Amino acid sequence: MYFTLFWTFFKIGLFTFGGGYAMIPFIHSYTVDKYKWINEKEFMDIIAISESTPGPIAINSATYIGHKIKGIRGSIFATVGVMLPSIIIIILIAAFFMQYKENPHVEFAFKGIRIGVAILIINASIRMFRKLDKNILSYSLITLGFLLLLFDVLSVIYVIIIGALVGILTQILKKQRGEEDVS
Amino acid sequence: MLVNLFELFITFFKIGIFTFGGGYAMIPLITEEVLNKGWLEKDQLIDFIAIAESTPGAFAVNISTFIGYNQESILGALFATIGVAMPSLIIIIVIAKLFHKFSENKYVIGFLNGAKPVIVGVIFSVGIDFLLSSVFKIKEITHIREIIFDWKTILIFVIVFSLTRIKERLHPILIVLISGLLGYILFGIF
Repeated sequence: MYFTLFWTFFKIGLFTFGGGYAMIPFIHSYTVDKYKWINEKEFMDIIAISESTPGPIAINSATYIGHKIKGIRGSIFATVGVMLPSIIIIILIAAFFMQYKENPHVEFAFKGIRIGVAILIINASIRMFRKLDKNILSYSLITLGFLLLLFDVLSVIYVIIIGALVGILTQILKKQRGEEDVS
Repeated sequence: MLVNLFELFITFFKIGIFTFGGGYAMIPLITEEVLNKGWLEKDQLIDFIAIAESTPGAFAVNISTFIGYNQESILGALFATIGVAMPSLIIIIVIAKLFHKFSENKYVIGFLNGAKPVIVGVIFSVGIDFLLSSVFKIKEITHIREIIFDWKTILIFVIVFSLTRIKERLHPILIVLISGLLGYILFGIF
């Protein structure tokens, strides 16, 4: 069982390109459809929890599913499984890349690729923007995060903490106002 | 060496704690940590991000392995990667044991409602910063600073960005390949 867990998540890690979100359909087809380790509702819960806790989604969901099936040891097997392909492949590429990075042809290509990376990041922020609730609060927080970082005012961690505190305060105020309405 | 390995672990542990919602959310903090510590130049970091995006597996694991390997070889790769995964492991196991309705808790909802928009702004800011640092290059010749405007990068940006607007689901690997090919043609041949 431990080996099946490890091997399943190893395959999930090996065959997904493009990060945690690309993994979700693979995780679903193995853990829900093929092995029936968890049901549809549990799967949805796991994705919701993986998205609302710190850390990459791939690792969060592997840990959670592993834990659900075989406790702490299961979570370690699943997580190591999902990470191992990356570790092996990247070490091979890194060793190779170090030799070729001085090559002028490679440098020409990377001058273009750096623009591609900027576009990937900008597009990721656009995609995440679409999923947000649109209101004055979220627009102000987006602008705040953008400006604070662009002008190097605060470290990323503090910027995120400020946003989170504003969010919690708003939630508490909203609840109080709701209770007043009822009474 | 042991100090460096420990620092890699702690740095990536910190990055793991403050990542909400997928690998891209991790880029702003990685950029800040890696540049402040002088581990990489900005251009090198962007190259690493490109490779981490175009190889199999979770971006978070890829980029941590890459930066760790670059600092302290295979041991560095392991310490960085274990560091980035450790907060997830601990937090998820605790949540799986204690709270079943974690994502319905009102404080968790409030926390995420506030943190997510800020993270969107922060990620957008890093994307713009990476773009600007490719478009404007600072050249220093004996105390005279000259800012060079690189029109070829603008051309690549306009072409590739339009492509991604036309075809929204263009795969990251294709974006990297197309922009690499354009870079090779514009900088290498012309």
